[in-house]
Amino acid sequence: MPFSSFEDARKASLAAGVERVQVPRRLLLKMAGAAAGAALIDGRTARADGAAPPADNEWSQSLGAGVVDQPYGKPSAEQVDVIRRNVPWLTAGTESSISFSPLQSLHGIITPNGLFFERYHAGRPDVEADKHRLMIHGLVDRPLILTMKDILRFPSTSRIHFIECPANGGMEWRGAQLNSLQFTHGMVSCAEWTGVKLSTLLEEVGLKKDAQWVLVEGADGAHMTRSLPLSKCLDDCLVVYAQNGEALRPEQGYPLRLIVPGWEGNVSVKWLRRIKVGDKPWYTREETSKYTDLMPDGKSRGFTWLIDAKSVITFPCPEVPLSGPGLYEIRGLAWTGNGRIKEVHVSTDGGVNWRQAELKDPVLSKALARFTIPWRWDGKPAFLESRAVDETGFVQPTLAALRQVRGTSSVYHNNAIQTWQVKPDGSIYDVQLG
Amino acid sequence: MFSLASLRPLLLATAVLAGSVGPSAASEVRPPFGYGTPATPEQIAGWDIDARGEDGQGLPAGKGDVAQGAEVFAEQCTACHGTFGEGEGRYPKLAGGAGSLTADRPELTVGSYWPFAVTLWDYINRAMPFGAPHTLSADDVYALTAYILNLNNLVPEGFVADKESLPKVKMPNHDNFTWQDPRPDTAMKPCMTNCVDPSTLKIVSTAEGQELTPRTTGPLDDMQPK
Repeated sequence: MPFSSFEDARKASLAAGVERVQVPRRLLLKMAGAAAGAALIDGRTARADGAAPPADNEWSQSLGAGVVDQPYGKPSAEQVDVIRRNVPWLTAGTESSISFSPLQSLHGIITPNGLFFERYHAGRPDVEADKHRLMIHGLVDRPLILTMKDILRFPSTSRIHFIECPANGGMEWRGAQLNSLQFTHGMVSCAEWTGVKLSTLLEEVGLKKDAQWVLVEGADGAHMTRSLPLSKCLDDCLVVYAQNGEALRPEQGYPLRLIVPGWEGNVSVKWLRRIKVGDKPWYTREETSKYTDLMPDGKSRGFTWLIDAKSVITFPCPEVPLSGPGLYEIRGLAWTGNGRIKEVHVSTDGGVNWRQAELKDPVLSKALARFTIPWRWDGKPAFLESRAVDETGFVQPTLAALRQVRGTSSVYHNNAIQTWQVKPDGSIYDVQLG
Repeated sequence: MFSLASLRPLLLATAVLAGSVGPSAASEVRPPFGYGTPATPEQIAGWDIDARGEDGQGLPAGKGDVAQGAEVFAEQCTACHGTFGEGEGRYPKLAGGAGSLTADRPELTVGSYWPFAVTLWDYINRAMPFGAPHTLSADDVYALTAYILNLNNLVPEGFVADKESLPKVKMPNHDNFTWQDPRPDTAMKPCMTNCVDPSTLKIVSTAEGQELTPRTTGPLDDMQPK
C-alpha cells in the first residue's frame, strides 16, 4: 500500500500496527533512522512487550506526529494526573473558591501557566481585551483611561515573583487534615511577569499632595477591591499583561492584573480595571470581613499583607513516597515576601538536628527558591522538616510557636514548618508534632 | 519600539554629562508619555463606585428602610443566605455570632465581626447578588443594608439607610481591629543541633485516616463533607 506523504504513512502505521506497514523506499530514504527503516522493510518487528532494550519500542519504529499537530502544545498525555485540583467540601461552589497547584509534580521555581493556582471570588470572567480599560483617577492631576494598546506602549519590565494566597495552609491551623502536598501548600505559584511599573503609571497621571492610599479594582463580578499604601505602589508593584512570556491566562487576570510582590495574593488584583488614588484606606469587605486575622483574645489584625518566610519539602511528600532505603535527594521550595531566602535547614528527626540545604540558583527576591539536600534513608521511621531563613534573619516558625501567639482561628498566614512522617514502608503522612 | 536595555549606555552617558548638554535621552523614557485619553467626569462617575468604610465618602443619593430590605432580601438573597441571614449550606452566615469571637468556633458575621457598616453597602453594591453582581439600584442596596443591620440588632426596625445615616452606625467589633501589622510575632532561633529533647517528640495530629483529602490522581474529586 503506497503512501503519498509521511503523514499518510504515519496514520496508517498507527491504524494498522507498525509491523504490517510497508513504507515506500523513497520515503524511507528521508527517514532519520536507517536501522528502524530496515526493520520495517523486512516486515519484521523488533518490538517487544514491555520495556526496551534490547528491543525498540513502537514509537521508535513509526512516524511521529508532525509539526502543528498541536498548534498550542500540551503536556504528554501521560501527565494527565498533573492538574490543579480543588477541595470540594471547602467552599459552597467553584465560583468563589480556590484550586491548588500540583507542587508534588513540579521541578522548578516557575509554575507552568496551566498549573498556576486559581482563586476566584465571582468566577473567571472572559474579558475581551479590546474592550478592557484601565481608569486611573482620584487624587491625580490628569485622570486617564488606558486601552491595552496604550499600556503596551509604556516602558516594560519583567520580574519573577511568587503569589501565595494567605489562606495557604489555613486548613491545618487546628490540626493535620490533608494528606497531600498539593492541598497543604498548593496555593503558591511563581511566574515571570511582564508589564509596566505601577510607579510609571502613577507618575503619568501626576499625584496630588494628599495622595497616601490606592484602591485597586477588578473587572470581575466581585469588582474585587483592595486598599494599598502608596509607598508600596511606588516601590515595586507592576501592572502586567504577560505571564511566563505569553499573555496572562484568563485564570490569572487576562488581559491585565496587578502584581504586589511578596504580599498576600488577594491584593494582586486580577482583571484590573481601576486605580483610584486617595488619602485614606477604604476598608473594603476583602480587608475587613476577610483577609484579617482573628486572635485568641478576640482582637483582629488588619492590613497584614506580608508573606513571611516559608518552606516545604516537595520530595518526598504524601503523593511521592520513598521506594526503599538508600540515598535520596530531598527537594523543596522556600519563599519570603521580605526579599531573598538566605538559608534553608532540613531536619530528618523532627527538628532535633538540622543541616543546611543547598540553595539552587537563581535565588531571587520575592520568588520561589529551590533547595536540595542528600539523605541516606535507613528504612526507619523519620520526620522530615524544612525551615527557611530570610535575608532579614527571620526564621520560619514551628506551628506550636505560631499557635502560641495566634491561636487556631486566624485562618490566614500559616507559614509554619511542615512535618512529613516517613513510615518504614516509605509512605509519607502529614503530621504535626508536639 | 526600543528596548530599555539598549538605552542603558545612553543613560549612563547622560549621567556623566548631566547639565552640560541639551534634552537628555533619559527624559525620553520618563513620564509623561502622553498615552491614553483623559478620563471625563462622566466616565469616572460610571466606574467610581466605591464607598469608603470609615466615613462613607462615595455613598450615592438614595435611601432604603428595613421593611423594603426584607422584600428585596426575600427575592434576591435567601437562596444562599437563608431567610434570616443564617446561611444555606456553606454560604456565608450574615447574622448572629455575637460574643463568639473568643469561642473555639467563632462565627464571623456582619454583626459579630465587620468593623464598618458602609463596607456592607459597598460590598452588596459591587458584588451581589452573586449571580448578577452590580445590578441592584442604590435604593435596593440601601434597603438590604438596613435589613441586614437590623437582623443583627444593630439598628431599629424604623431605620432608614442613606449616605448620612450609614456612616454613623456603630459596629460592635469596630474597636477590636488593629491596622498595624505586629509581625514578626515569632522569634525562633536557628538552632542546628539538639534543639529538642527527642524523648518529648510525639505526633499530636495526623491527616492519616481522616478521609478529608481529595484524590490527587485520576479525575477531579467531588467528595462532599461527611
